Amino acid sequence: MTTLKAQTASCPLCEAAVPVPADVMQGEVLACDDCGAELEVQTIDPLALAEAPEVAEDWGE
Amino acid sequence: MTLAFITSRLRVEEKLLLQELEARGAAFERVDDARLRLDLVPESGEAPWSAAWNRSLAFGRTLYATEALEARGVTCFNSAHVTRTCGDKVLTSLALAAASVPSLRTEVCFTPEAALEAAERFGYPCVLKPVVGSWGRLVARLDTRAAAEAVFEDRAVLGSWQHSVFYVQEYVEKKGRDARVFVVGGEAIAGIWRTSEHWITNTAQGGSVSRCEVGGEIAEVAEAAAAAVGGGILAVDLVETTNGLAALEVNHSGEFRNSIAPTGVDIPGAMVDHVLGSLSNGPILRPMEAVR
Repeated sequence: MTTLKAQTASCPLCEAAVPVPADVMQGEVLACDDCGAELEVQTIDPLALAEAPEVAEDWGE
Repeated sequence: MTLAFITSRLRVEEKLLLQELEARGAAFERVDDARLRLDLVPESGEAPWSAAWNRSLAFGRTLYATEALEARGVTCFNSAHVTRTCGDKVLTSLALAAASVPSLRTEVCFTPEAALEAAERFGYPCVLKPVVGSWGRLVARLDTRAAAEAVFEDRAVLGSWQHSVFYVQEYVEKKGRDARVFVVGGEAIAGIWRTSEHWITNTAQGGSVSRCEVGGEIAEVAEAAAAAVGGGILAVDLVETTNGLAALEVNHSGEFRNSIAPTGVDIPGAMVDHVLGSLSNGPILRPMEAVR
């Protein structure tokens, strides 16, 4: 469904280049292939990632 | 106009719903609940939005945001009453029982000793669930008295106060599967069977999915369960018992990413149609002010 464009963002934990889908949205979670961290998209312009928060007890459906 | 589409972490479901809103040309604003500031004692009656659809991952945020918005006249999907009832298993059980919807034998207790008495009454195995929680987390099957004693003590000592609200339920041999039925605006629109070798069949726990026909008793019980909690956009979980179908729980922010392909039903489209259709017959959407 998603396609990658030539865009990456730096992993805030290990500084690896994280590929970012063209249709990325704020609030989405991406994975860093190098360190395995879950990264939440904080802003689109400029593109900024932050370590995603741990799942909270009241999260769900 | 403005419909607020409130989110926290964006799941596949929210992306699909946003696509459907955009495809219909709906005027909406996406709102991050991390940035919400809702005035509980407002100086003016103007609400920031006319309507709000809350798809936050967090039950607490969803409930309080919805309560605050409804207090200012905002039409919310789902309503605060529905959110509160679905998000708390005790309230869900009470609502189902009050509407005579078949559900499982359940007791709520407040000490490990009382919970152990409940477990002894049900016999083993029986099940302990957190009153608030999802995705099958912290749901425990208690196979023996010793296991029950250990789990009850752990929850009482190590958990938050809510873990000392012991929701103890009979165990049902569910033939390796249970059903999830999506009920939108009172109508069962799609259903799946969730199958697993594990006694927890939740897809978040690795259960597999196949199409479930939503006619007859399945639609009847699912729609009755949805109505019992107040109706809206809901995902009802059903289990087959020797006495027929029983409602396990009703979800106010159901996940459907794994249910579209096997059912062939445009579930996000139906949800969006319900919201927009309700608003076209309801309050007039008006320009929003930059109030958060």
